[in-house]
Amino acid sequence: MFSIARHKFKSVPANKLACALAKLQGGKSCQFLAGTRAMSSESATFDLTGSFEMHNLDTAPSNEITMTKDELLSHFRLMYTMRRMEITCDNEYKARNIRGFCHLYDGQEAVATGINAAFDPEDSWITSYRCHCIALARGGNVAAVLAELFGNAGGLTKGKGGSMHFYSKENNFFGGQGIVGAQVPVGTGLAFANKYNAKPGEKMNVAIACYGDGAANQGQIWESANMASLWKLPMIFCIENNRYGMGTSIDRHSSHSDYYKMGNHIPGIRIDGMNVLAVKEGMRFVKDFCGSGNGPMYVEMMTYRYHGHSMSDPGTTYRNREEIAFTRSTRDPLEFVKKTLIDAGFAEAEEIKAIEKEIRKEVQNEVQKAKEFPPVELNQLFDYVYAAECNGYKQEYPEHIRMPDYAKSFWRS
Amino acid sequence: MRFHRSLHLQSSRMMTRSFASTTTTTRSIRPIKLLRPCISSSKCSNVSKRSLSTRTSASSSSSSPSTHSNDYWTEDSQSMSDSMGQNGAFPFSSLPEPNIDTLPGPKTSMNLFTAINRTLDTALASDPSAILFGQDVAFGGVFRCTTGLREKYGKHRVFNTPLTEVGIAGMAIGYAATDSTAIGEIQFADYIFPAFDQITNEMAKFRYRSGNQWHCGGVTLRMPYGAVGHGGHYHSQSPEGFLAACHGIVVVIPRGPISAKGLLLSSIRSKDPVVILEPKALYRAAVEDVPDAEYEIPLGKAEILQHGTDVTIVGWGAQLRTLAKACHMAKSKYGISTELIDLRTILPWDVHTIEQSVKKTGKLIVSHEAPVTCGFGAEIVATLQERCFLSLEAPIRRVCGYDTPFPLIFEKQYLPDEYKNLEAILDVVGYAK
Repeated sequence: MFSIARHKFKSVPANKLACALAKLQGGKSCQFLAGTRAMSSESATFDLTGSFEMHNLDTAPSNEITMTKDELLSHFRLMYTMRRMEITCDNEYKARNIRGFCHLYDGQEAVATGINAAFDPEDSWITSYRCHCIALARGGNVAAVLAELFGNAGGLTKGKGGSMHFYSKENNFFGGQGIVGAQVPVGTGLAFANKYNAKPGEKMNVAIACYGDGAANQGQIWESANMASLWKLPMIFCIENNRYGMGTSIDRHSSHSDYYKMGNHIPGIRIDGMNVLAVKEGMRFVKDFCGSGNGPMYVEMMTYRYHGHSMSDPGTTYRNREEIAFTRSTRDPLEFVKKTLIDAGFAEAEEIKAIEKEIRKEVQNEVQKAKEFPPVELNQLFDYVYAAECNGYKQEYPEHIRMPDYAKSFWRS
Repeated sequence: MRFHRSLHLQSSRMMTRSFASTTTTTRSIRPIKLLRPCISSSKCSNVSKRSLSTRTSASSSSSSPSTHSNDYWTEDSQSMSDSMGQNGAFPFSSLPEPNIDTLPGPKTSMNLFTAINRTLDTALASDPSAILFGQDVAFGGVFRCTTGLREKYGKHRVFNTPLTEVGIAGMAIGYAATDSTAIGEIQFADYIFPAFDQITNEMAKFRYRSGNQWHCGGVTLRMPYGAVGHGGHYHSQSPEGFLAACHGIVVVIPRGPISAKGLLLSSIRSKDPVVILEPKALYRAAVEDVPDAEYEIPLGKAEILQHGTDVTIVGWGAQLRTLAKACHMAKSKYGISTELIDLRTILPWDVHTIEQSVKKTGKLIVSHEAPVTCGFGAEIVATLQERCFLSLEAPIRRVCGYDTPFPLIFEKQYLPDEYKNLEAILDVVGYAK
């Protein structure tokens, strides 16, 4: 099943939607075709018909996905943690513990979770400033994310980056970028590296650059697409289409909003981004396609964000509250996973409630932990502008621009 | 007239022979080996400026090791034997300055693009992850800097890109983020501007914003810069002033084949992203005896080309030839002893060397081709006046291009040539008198 607001998806063919709605209305029994709970309580197969649309592709993702109970539960846990973390960020921002910019990802959790589920740790992932949940998906923990937002020493980049710049070398996460679209040429370079370093006879690791519908018309993305296509790089151009580029809807900022077709001759796929199962299966297909040397692919994730563009944006001046509420009630990715879990017999409602409660508590503890990290030391302002050491020779930031000597200065921190 | 024309920049292109290097072993400073005509200034005051054969006529230069080969400046061997010259304190890199004269092995006379070509060859040979790309590099590049490399290293390592500067810069960054070496060529420095966002916002901040987890130090972006006689608006610009504001990258400008080899090699091997601006007017015009051995020149360090006592002159790249001419005229006609400094690295720049020099001479002139307002000279002047205020005997002067787009027909008048610099030298030296 997927809950889909029909009138929002203009370009999804009506027959597919009708099929989906019929499934929805038909109740539990018609949703899961093969391998239902009768066969095993540990795994089930789910129907994904209607979740994908192809462009310039002869092959397609499978219309079914088999998932085990543990896998689905882990996806649910991750998504719920993401949701709680984003809500916490909202509260902390309003309490002025987080300053600066804060772009929240709630509503889009299925995208990050699904991509991560389909990928290997060696695949490179680079994204935009809306990166809290992707950092979490890529192995981060809530305490490190929150500490970075608070600007403490326990943060992912020790306060150097803040909300828009989470990075993790150990998890192969190339982070958030503040400049819209700038991550895409860099992602093309990562794809190039994956191709250059690929072992012959093996599939290449892929590189994915996530960006929004607002960024999709950036010139540098067209440049990167051209290079990726020319050299058949294992590059995935992933548009997280939440239908608004900051405060402008897609109808008003893009002359062509079928983003998955934007590559022209480059193959594309549109995936229902509120269904984590569809995202996972779709990305498995895309990874396989790109990693086999077929060149890049455009992936459009149809998704939605509940918050505004950032914490300074109420999110209601350019869209209705009704629309937000409707999406929350019909297409929420978390509700979908919960329902899937219950309907597949993987968990009871009480069990899920218990998990939710546990995660809530856990997130609260992590936030507390994040608050307790010490503040960053001021001399780190000058660290890492340049490398500290180069081929065995020490390098030092020129002293004529360093801060005054505090002992002799009137200025105290 | 004859005098002036002989010193015109364009005619200097005919004079491409360089001096043999037989410097005394106590000197570790490489003298600037460029311009013609060369006259032994210690010898006579009546000189024929058009004499191209003074190379052989400067017979006194071969007799005593300490006053040879550098016919432009007179120094006493004492000042030339300052070891390192720059008082030991290293602002940026602790890599020692190579002693070009004592490097083992033969030297080959070559011009700037050949020196760059050999250096790229060395870099590609020593680093299997190194790739070289840009527009038209496959056939050798529009300035021949990359000839033969595709044949030698293969099309997966040396390849052409589409006409996409943002793509070139961004791809270089992404590739280098995986601890690999990416040598990108931008066809002319004037085309760097679309890629500026990638340079400033991604390249410069990569290490800092990730708290040292990631870096793109393997990036080296090479591009020809500067006036070439006929370049006009978009083939003559010097963007080092803009680049100097991107803290996190290193901006390097060599002055000739010997310094280009050392600087390019240390730029490629540097753990910081480097933008290296090569003076296009000197690709063929500058010919020097470049050692065959590998050597790396430390980044962030200036070089004193000529010691003097009356005024300090700072420049970089192709402008040093002009400055050397001006210094020569000042010395031969007016007896002014100038200290000429090649900045070599624009960012992070070696303030210490210049400061020591200005404290000695009390006067400073900065000269560059880029327009005067907000050119890099402004930064040098601002910092030096703050640090050496009480040592200054005259206001600091900048002799730069005008604040206009780089003109085509007026190039000769636009450029800060040796006469403008000579005038500035005379002004500054005569200020307190």
